[in-house]
Amino acid sequence: MEIILSAAIGILSASGIWLVLRPRSFQVVIGLCLLSYAVNLFIFSMGRLTPGAPPIMPKGGFIDPTLYADPLPQALVLTAIVISFATTALFLVVMIVSRGLTGTDHVDGKERSQ
Amino acid sequence: MISEHMIIAPILIPFVTGALMLLYDDRQQREAKFWLSIVSTAAQLLIAVELVVRAKTGGDISDAEGISFYLLGDWAAPYGIVLVLDRLAAMMLVLTALLAIPSLVYAHAAWDRQGPHYYSLFQFLLMGLNGAFLTGDVFNLFVFFEILLAASYGLLLHGSGQLRVRAGMHYIAINLAASLLFLIGVSLIYGVTGTLNMAHLANLIAQVSVEDRPLLHAGVAILAVAFLVKAGSWPLSFWLPTAYMAAAAPVGAMFAIMTKVGVYAILRLSMLLFGETGGASTGFGASVLIVLGMATVLFGLLGVLSSQGLGRMAAHSVLISSGTVLGITGFALAGGGPAMLSGALYYLIGSVLAAGALFLLIEPMNREDGGIAAMLALTADAYGLDDTDLDEVPDAGLDIPAMTVLSICFALCVLMLAGLPPLPGFIGKLAMVQALIAQTALPAGLAWAFIVLLIVSGFATLIGMARIGIQTFWASDIALPRVLALEITPVIGLLVILALTSLKAEAMLRYTTGTARALHDTEAYAYGVFATPRVADRSEDPAP
Repeated sequence: MEIILSAAIGILSASGIWLVLRPRSFQVVIGLCLLSYAVNLFIFSMGRLTPGAPPIMPKGGFIDPTLYADPLPQALVLTAIVISFATTALFLVVMIVSRGLTGTDHVDGKERSQ
Repeated sequence: MISEHMIIAPILIPFVTGALMLLYDDRQQREAKFWLSIVSTAAQLLIAVELVVRAKTGGDISDAEGISFYLLGDWAAPYGIVLVLDRLAAMMLVLTALLAIPSLVYAHAAWDRQGPHYYSLFQFLLMGLNGAFLTGDVFNLFVFFEILLAASYGLLLHGSGQLRVRAGMHYIAINLAASLLFLIGVSLIYGVTGTLNMAHLANLIAQVSVEDRPLLHAGVAILAVAFLVKAGSWPLSFWLPTAYMAAAAPVGAMFAIMTKVGVYAILRLSMLLFGETGGASTGFGASVLIVLGMATVLFGLLGVLSSQGLGRMAAHSVLISSGTVLGITGFALAGGGPAMLSGALYYLIGSVLAAGALFLLIEPMNREDGGIAAMLALTADAYGLDDTDLDEVPDAGLDIPAMTVLSICFALCVLMLAGLPPLPGFIGKLAMVQALIAQTALPAGLAWAFIVLLIVSGFATLIGMARIGIQTFWASDIALPRVLALEITPVIGLLVILALTSLKAEAMLRYTTGTARALHDTEAYAYGVFATPRVADRSEDPAP
């Protein structure tokens, strides 16, 4: 399971970094999305992998914490998802405006040959 | 009761004001929005001053060191998020409010008409800045960073136009990537230590096992890269001059403090985690910070010399001041002592205010060149403004003394940034140089190299800026630029504050020395938060 998860994170971030370095703004947006998926999975994995364990403990009595998943990374991931979703949406709008103003989807607003 | 909750006021006031102003109509009720933001920012300034007094004297609820803690939601640390008010945070709050008021007044002259929701975005930016200075939790720091960044995206794009959209797109892409690095760093730190509370981290750092320590260092280093992007450190700073130059003048002035948020985060976390209590990690990253600081100063220096326009030059001078404080942070981390950090903090106050004033001066100085005036007209077109707004602008201009006032203001800004007496730039640099000569913890060659860079960067600023000044004020045969009273008053206001900083240098240096000592002595910060009682516990058991 560790290998599958780390391979997923690795492949996502490698593709993301490659796309972010491309000159077309759409590729950059997709690259940032892939990178944020990789980062979200990474945050999640930092709470250790515990399949089938609930993150919320019942109230009262003695509780063995090893039977439960760490709830904090799950809360962090939620926050990170919301924030990166919102900022990526904003970036998309700016990208479309730039496309409209310059007539090209190059990140510098002009083709290299010009 | 009220004084207890005052710590959170610098976050709540701009948040409520900004949200409230969304309800006002953008065109008809602009005046009301302006006054509302002025009242809100003035309230933040008053509270920030009160908080400085509290941090200095150690008010009723804080301990002797002057650090106050505020448990959000009354959760005991380290389970809940805490706000921490110490001397450094209080000082940065005052600096933010002092810069915000002139920027707001300036924006009211013309810029607030160039796009929607200027004042709301401005208040949200202040909320993010104040929150980032106050928070005591690393993930909460991320959230406040995102708030201030989201607001800054909007502000940078304010006024639209091709130049701004392109600069904005680069700025957003860089900052999105930096935010992802921030998250990786934060989650690595959590994975190793199991906490995100800064005070708790400072406690645990010495006990991290030998196998886990490289992982922790990697996490902190990745986190630091995210901060260095914001601080504009070389080689992560190539986006900065274009973005700052493209921003509307009052936004550019406010951005002068945005780089300092990155510097602040590095200063706070590195002193807390890798100070004397850091165990095997003590001094981690110090040499990297020194080298990056020096490289940033050098890059800024070359940039100032090679720039043609004042905007680009001002952006590079922001880099010089960032680099200086970064380098000194490295020296302090390596055991250079509190004296040089005190000088650097004093220099930071002066250089932020002077860079802000310079950004506000750019537009009136270049008005006749057509560049910015044309852009203004263009954006007014794009936003569908009626001509009446633009027509009434020149009528209120000051005619004859405008040139004189502008040139005197410009000269004072240059004196400050170049570090010549009698302005705070000189006093701050003098304090740093004295401390660098006196220190014994580091090789003298490194300290001398830094001193040389400090002095040469001041000299380069003087040459570059004087060139622009001669071109604008002496060698130009164009008609006198028209300047609005609303545009020049904020600049004069900032310069008056600078003069006061210089006059009150002794008192301020005493304050920054206390700040630097408190940063070195991390015990009060690291253990104080756990001694803070919850409100629920206090009401049950009034005896301490």
